[in-house]
Amino acid sequence: MRRTPRDTAESSRKITRRGLMLGAAQVAFAGTLAMRMRYMQVEQADEFRLLAEENRINIHLIPPSRGRIFDRNGRVIAENENTYRITMRREDAGDIDDVIRRLSVLVELDPAEVKRAIEEMRTSPPFLQVTVADRVSWESISRVAVNAPALPGVTPEVGLSRVYPQHENFAHVVGYVGPVSERDLARYEDPEPVLRIPRFQIGKVGIEAKFEEQLRGKAGAKRVEVNAVGRVMRELDRREGATGADMQLTVDSDLQDYIKARLGEESASAVVIDVENGDVLAIASAPSYDPNKFVRGISVADYNVLRENNHRPLASKTVQDAYPPGSTFKLVTALAGLEAGVIGPDDTVYCPGHMEIGSRRFHCWKRSGHGRVNLENSLRDSCDVFYYDLALKVGIEKIADMGRRLGLGTAPDVPMSAVTDGLIPDKDWKRRERGAEWRIGDTVNASIGQGYVLTSPLQQAVMVARVATGRAIEPRLVRSVGGVETPSRGGGTLDIDPTHLKYIRKGMFSVMNSRRGTAYRSRIALDHMLMAGKTGTSQVLNRVVNSKEVPWEHRDHALFVNFAPYDAPRIAVSVVVEHGGGGSSTAAPIARDITLQALFGGTPPLDAYPSSDRGRIEAQQQEIERIRRERAAAAAAGSRA
Amino acid sequence: MSYLEYTVKTVPTGWRKVLYLNWPLVILLTAVACVGFLMLYSVAGGSIERWAEPQMERYALGLAAMFLVAMVPIWLWRNLSALIYMLALALLVGVELFGTVGMGAQRWIDIGFMQLQPSELMKIALVMVLAAYYDWLPMKRVSHPIWVLAPILLILLPTGLTLIQPDLGTALLLLIAGALMMFLAGVHWLYFAVVAAGGVGAVYTVFLSRGTSWQLLQDYQFRRIDTFLDPSTDPLGAGYHITQAKIAMGSGGWTGRGFMQGTQSRLNFLPEKHTDFIFNTLAEEFGFVGGISLLILYVLVLVFCIIAAMQNRDRYSSLLTLGIGLTFFLFFAVNMSMVMGLAPVVGVPLPLVSYGGSAMMVLMIAFGMVQSAQIHRPR
Repeated sequence: MRRTPRDTAESSRKITRRGLMLGAAQVAFAGTLAMRMRYMQVEQADEFRLLAEENRINIHLIPPSRGRIFDRNGRVIAENENTYRITMRREDAGDIDDVIRRLSVLVELDPAEVKRAIEEMRTSPPFLQVTVADRVSWESISRVAVNAPALPGVTPEVGLSRVYPQHENFAHVVGYVGPVSERDLARYEDPEPVLRIPRFQIGKVGIEAKFEEQLRGKAGAKRVEVNAVGRVMRELDRREGATGADMQLTVDSDLQDYIKARLGEESASAVVIDVENGDVLAIASAPSYDPNKFVRGISVADYNVLRENNHRPLASKTVQDAYPPGSTFKLVTALAGLEAGVIGPDDTVYCPGHMEIGSRRFHCWKRSGHGRVNLENSLRDSCDVFYYDLALKVGIEKIADMGRRLGLGTAPDVPMSAVTDGLIPDKDWKRRERGAEWRIGDTVNASIGQGYVLTSPLQQAVMVARVATGRAIEPRLVRSVGGVETPSRGGGTLDIDPTHLKYIRKGMFSVMNSRRGTAYRSRIALDHMLMAGKTGTSQVLNRVVNSKEVPWEHRDHALFVNFAPYDAPRIAVSVVVEHGGGGSSTAAPIARDITLQALFGGTPPLDAYPSSDRGRIEAQQQEIERIRRERAAAAAAGSRA
Repeated sequence: MSYLEYTVKTVPTGWRKVLYLNWPLVILLTAVACVGFLMLYSVAGGSIERWAEPQMERYALGLAAMFLVAMVPIWLWRNLSALIYMLALALLVGVELFGTVGMGAQRWIDIGFMQLQPSELMKIALVMVLAAYYDWLPMKRVSHPIWVLAPILLILLPTGLTLIQPDLGTALLLLIAGALMMFLAGVHWLYFAVVAAGGVGAVYTVFLSRGTSWQLLQDYQFRRIDTFLDPSTDPLGAGYHITQAKIAMGSGGWTGRGFMQGTQSRLNFLPEKHTDFIFNTLAEEFGFVGGISLLILYVLVLVFCIIAAMQNRDRYSSLLTLGIGLTFFLFFAVNMSMVMGLAPVVGVPLPLVSYGGSAMMVLMIAFGMVQSAQIHRPR
């Protein structure tokens, strides 16, 4: 088929026209592409660059090492130890099962843990390190390291974990750390990212919790480049963190250890305070528990043993528990009477063994009565009727006021968990809390530390320290944080007539050193270290029960407070033995032994004891030495395991 | 037959043809290919063996094919057009019956030394058959309804076959290329207006069909459209690719992050970095300057084709050259729109740069025909 030339010319014109149109459209489209490119690469470049950087850069936190805790002499209470774990990486291991089998020959593996690890390795990216065994001994790690060529993909990793070398001695004071829980995170408005690190430990109770911020330190960080699936390609840079602040406490490990041994199997607590500055030299609650178990994750069985023990090892009895102070409260009532001017040192009251108030008869602990007693003798003999009479003259408000001035009724400011306020009742309190009017009988009961009055062993120690010095001693538990001294608080005058305090101290002196004193048998025989103290027996049931016949949990609490030496007080001591029977028989000897141990800074010489007791005391000292050695050995064995 | 019109004496013969080749076009194509080698070397992390070397071998093969095709007189190609079209059509049917599906979409036949994608072959065969058709058809019949229907069938047949593969990208490319060929041949405006209106209606119907029993597109195709319209709806799924691609491109800035320094591609955030998204690697590592340079190279190739077509008085040669230029344009325009987030991800490679054999081979053969049209043009 031939075409005419005209046809050709027409067609080529049309093609030229349309071709140029289309060509122009194509070039215009290319221009659009160029504009788009410019928009993205020039105008939006910064945004996209940022997104690209976010893509490739991951920030890995380096956990800081936690500050250590020392006692007043620099002995370690809490520190960090290296813990070893075995990790595996799928891409290097090849045959996971085979490597695990070979590993199990060298190291004891927990089947459940291994199952979980294999599952994790199968499902996560091949380059991810998965923990196969945690808290492995150094020996196991060495075996793994030596056999490394036969264990492809297996790497021993080292981490830090809290350890308490003194085991149970400071469990109630220092507390313990544990893995960060959701509840811990909820406490912070904006939790630090470091808390999200797996295995990171946070203070749970005690000083570990109260000083969490200072002890924790600052996390370091390294920026790493990762690829699309999260594999780390290289480290870009690294910022070192800051170790947590070290702390020094005022406590003396040796004294604490002695007290723990001396309290033995009792459900008891003891506090020793330096009356000079309020330093808490020892603050022990027995029985106790090993905080290391909590750090490692305590088993349900072990925890239940602690929880179901009727001696309540988990309770921090020195600050958390409040007891009726019993006769130790007579110091407060007497001082209130002297300050109110209602009695003088030589005023006497006749004690027939009981007192009629209204229609009720209030008994003295000595049913036969004490006869005529003055202030000094009322303390020495712990005569109840003297204080019934005094309380009626002074009134509850003045007694309560004196109690508060001596540090009772409000929680001492110490960084421990669950510190109780105790209770100093007055008319307002009863109306507010009980919805009832204050009755005269309430005053009478309060005067001898029964009824509503509640004090904690630490408060008792503070009370005695204040009586001994006339100054507003405040307990100090933390000596320094990060090298910065924590100043002693308080210490100002109590504004109590020194002669009145002298009368009280004289009475406390007689308790210990007068042949008729309730704690005469627990005296110290050295003239320059004579003790002054006060016994107390706090009723658990509504009557005095100290017979060995009644069940343990119904027996009275035995209390004792003292300071020493009498002439120049250095320490104040408070001891509570739960269900221990009488203060004079159970608590006083313990307080005396603790006092001597504290004053001598070690085992006291036998001539500090009354000569008739020395044989028995020697045997007791040897026994306690044996207990302490055994405990130390058990602790050392425990930390190796 | 119409070769009788050529003054055969003035057409170069034998080895003299080589002198009449359009050498600037050859150099342009080689420059584009070299950009490809460079980027393939980069995305392989500095390895030649992985992608760059096979690509070079293919380019060399393609170059040889181009020369060979260029030596064959254009009228011979014209006379073979219908045959090639039917062969391509037969292969499309065959691949539907016996082919292998790779990477979820395009089907291919293994022919020993390479994997042949009939749909790629069809892109050039369709242009050839339409050029031949309009060369044969007298001018005054071009807009006659009967003679308009015939090319529409020629277009829809392969389009339908690729659509059921399913390869939406190639199908769209065939449809657009075919329609524009008709436009170039001089079909009346009105037809295009009607088709445009029909197209809008069709798109509407397609969206209407979603979720019904007569759904016209596959679910993944709908999802791709969704993702295209709003990549943030699925930032970690299908939207991830386009988001990462845009980050790669945008983070390049003016001059890029440096050769082999693109973090998006080097750290594998960029998907398909050696095939469909290779332009993003270029844009990331060489920035706006690099991207615009490649775009200019492409436009130059296009302009060369248009000028060659204008200069050629032979209707077949002219239409074919324009058509091939158009196909080339569609390749890079669709690919670039896609990687810049202007079009849905449909899987169209960047011509001569993306790693892959079929597309490069077909394009080089096509450019061989452009050369042949140049050499054997009536003078």
